[in-house]
Amino acid sequence: MSRIEVRDLEKRYDDAVVLERMSLTVESGSFCALVGASGCGKTTFLKIILGQEQATKGTLTIDGAPIAPEPDPDRGIVFQRYSVFPHLTALQNLILVADFKAAGPFARTFGVRRKEARVDAEALLERVGLAHARNRYPAELSGGMQQRLAIAQTLLGRPKVLLLDEPFGALDPGIRGEMHDLLREIWDETRMTILMVTHDISEAFKLADRILVFDKIRRDPQAPTAYGAHIAHDVPNNPAKPPVAGDLARVARSLGARDNHPHQPEGESP
Amino acid sequence: MRLVNARPGRGSSLALGALPILLVLGAYVYASAQRLSANPDDKLLPSIPQMWRAFLALATEPEKRSGDILLWSDTLASLERLGIGVGAATLSALTLGIAIGFIPRIRATLGPFVAVLSVIPPLAVLPILFIALGLGEASKITLIALGIAPVMIRDIAGRTADIPEELIVKAQTLGASTWAMIIRLVLPQVLPRLLVAVRLQLGPAWLFLIAAEAIASTEGLGYRIFLVRRYMAMDVILPYVVWITLLAVLMDWILARLSISAFPWAHPREAGR
Ligand SMILES: Nc1ncnc2c1ncn2[C@@H]1O[C@H](COP(=O)(O)OP(=O)(O)OP(=O)(O)O)[C@@H](O)[C@H]1O
Ligand SMILES: [Mg+2]
Repeated sequence: MSRIEVRDLEKRYDDAVVLERMSLTVESGSFCALVGASGCGKTTFLKIILGQEQATKGTLTIDGAPIAPEPDPDRGIVFQRYSVFPHLTALQNLILVADFKAAGPFARTFGVRRKEARVDAEALLERVGLAHARNRYPAELSGGMQQRLAIAQTLLGRPKVLLLDEPFGALDPGIRGEMHDLLREIWDETRMTILMVTHDISEAFKLADRILVFDKIRRDPQAPTAYGAHIAHDVPNNPAKPPVAGDLARVARSLGARDNHPHQPEGESP
Repeated sequence: MRLVNARPGRGSSLALGALPILLVLGAYVYASAQRLSANPDDKLLPSIPQMWRAFLALATEPEKRSGDILLWSDTLASLERLGIGVGAATLSALTLGIAIGFIPRIRATLGPFVAVLSVIPPLAVLPILFIALGLGEASKITLIALGIAPVMIRDIAGRTADIPEELIVKAQTLGASTWAMIIRLVLPQVLPRLLVAVRLQLGPAWLFLIAAEAIASTEGLGYRIFLVRRYMAMDVILPYVVWITLLAVLMDWILARLSISAFPWAHPREAGR
């Protein structure tokens, strides 16, 4: 169970309003794709769910409990970059998860538990197709391999909610397809709640069962930071089927058309 | 081809690198020969064989009064001071640097203090050290440590603060405590930088060592140089300078090798696999 509820959330940096009047319920086991123009606050929203940033107003609960004000194992994250630890090999990166859990003065597992952690890590490496690269450092892995390692590492943490911030943005289309298959398999198996930010609409329709379009509530050409974004469109989707043409068009329009037809700020007739 | 794109090969790099050294050496030999032919007793520019004899005497013959072989007793005394001073500075850079760079409350408390410390000219503090700690080893070692530690602390604190926030957030989502992050994430990531900081600060450390030895000491490489200056014994001073240079180069080389072998991930190209 991991149902996310957002009520009337607002986030501002000084005078700049990033998110505003944001309300949302994500059912447990849902896979939501977050799309929206660059700079509209998708990463900020993920950071608030993570506990890395605090909301200025409003509430955010997971399974009814307010989220901890700092990152914890309930919420796992895969970033676009810097997602794995560069000073550890692929295998060590995965064993590290057990080490962190063991805590203690050395933050390290020993003996039988270390052997178990190693077996788990090797099995998972096999699973994500990195068994042959177990002793390589991240700098020696391709971008796709690094992201596979990052996803594997995050899964070992057994989060309730998996957050992904443009995880495949830097990968070429072929590798991206492989990553989609991996993510789909993982979701089918674990039924974690997943929130994924992406700029690729076809990726969103291929994977998610719900697409959330971020957009500003209002737009004031004189003061671009005066209004924040909220969820302007909430589009259900069946990832098993080709996207409904109308839905695709709606999302594409809301992303593409904004620059050509800026909304008028309220109280000012066109 | 543009100048910026004309890269010398391995052999010509070596030759080009040796060129200025050979030129200076040649100029010295020529000037020395000129002066010595005019006045065989000239002390200013001794010939290379003269220097070699003086150096050999210092390196092999026990001194009459103490029975010590001067070069070795001087080297040992100096390296001991340097080692303890640099070691203490390194240790404080590691602990304080990580604490300041990683823990916001400690940064707020100690950051400005260390920033102020690092702009005090260490040599201006030397008289205070002599008065407070006496003329013995403690004041010399403290000068070295105090002279280089603030810069190293700030360097390590900066490197710690530069660790991508993504990695720190990621570690926390995997359940890491502050301490676990320090020893499994921050420490390994700043160690290579610590070696770089030590290499960079060895130069200033030698400066403070020699300055302290010149003023108050009874042995040490710096002491010897300033002692024989009174007799214009260039045949001792010059080989000592070369000896100090060799020691410094050797230390730098060892630290560089150590970094490559201990932290292969930080040197993806040099380590090669
Ligand atoms: N720490 C901060 N201080 C001030 N403003 C910030 C801060 N972090 C983000 N912002 C602002 O908040 C807005 C939203 O940023 P955010 O990174 O969430 O956008 P995004 O939707 O993820 O964009 P992209 O698609 O390009 O990744 C931006 O205008 C950004 O300038
Ligand atoms: Mg973003």
